[in-house]
Amino acid sequence: MTVLQIVCTGMLAFGAIIMLASAAGVIRFPDFYSRLHAGGKGDTLGQGAVLLALAILSGFSLVTLKIVLIIFFIFIFNPTATHALARGAWLRGVEPWTKPESEDEEADE
Amino acid sequence: MTPSLIVSYVGRRAIPFIQLYALYVLGHGEDGPGGGFQGGVIFASSFVLLVLIAGWARARKDAPESIVDPLTATGCLLYAGIGFICILLGGAYLEYEAFAGANATAAAKQHAHHFALIGIELGVMITVTASMVTLYFEMSRPPEERNAPEDGSGDSDGEGADA
Repeated sequence: MTVLQIVCTGMLAFGAIIMLASAAGVIRFPDFYSRLHAGGKGDTLGQGAVLLALAILSGFSLVTLKIVLIIFFIFIFNPTATHALARGAWLRGVEPWTKPESEDEEADE
Repeated sequence: MTPSLIVSYVGRRAIPFIQLYALYVLGHGEDGPGGGFQGGVIFASSFVLLVLIAGWARARKDAPESIVDPLTATGCLLYAGIGFICILLGGAYLEYEAFAGANATAAAKQHAHHFALIGIELGVMITVTASMVTLYFEMSRPPEERNAPEDGSGDSDGEGADA
């Protein structure tokens, strides 16, 4: 394995771990806003890392350009969509989750 | 509700890319996944985005009934017209090789085939785009626009004032 392949494998693993954490966050977090926070950020970074590794591994061709364009658009449109969803929920009056007072004994602090 | 600056800024700059991508999908219809139907739907989705970021009445001004409705038929006309031109040139209906002439080389026939195929795919795309845009505008029509005549569509009420 060349150095380039090792670096790309590391990026693929990094992206997969980030997206796994993002998926876990979407399932485990308590309310709409925090789930959106997990999904929006994690997916953007994870997809970016995976696609960038694939773009480098595929050699320099037209496919590389297409993948770079996909990364570019994901980095612009994914946060925009997250912003639109969060803003829509806030304007409709979705209340953010706050820690209940009675469960303080379970908390770390 | 005040419009979001971020959404409207990004959305407006996304629309040309969506339409360019629709044309790319149209051009790929011959030798890959894609074609007139898919390209038309992607093209129409840019108008859905326009309705979401600019509002129904403003978007309807960019795609008025007086233009979109005739386009629905224009695409069909382009498709059928190319087919009938093939008959006039001595071939069968939609026999694209007739464009190259009776005793053309195989390469010229293939060339004619490609261009005529792009032509009918363009017809499909125009019809699908116009139909999808019309469907979306009619389904998303806000209540205050429900009984108002369209701007410039020549309705019998004759009041073209826009809200």
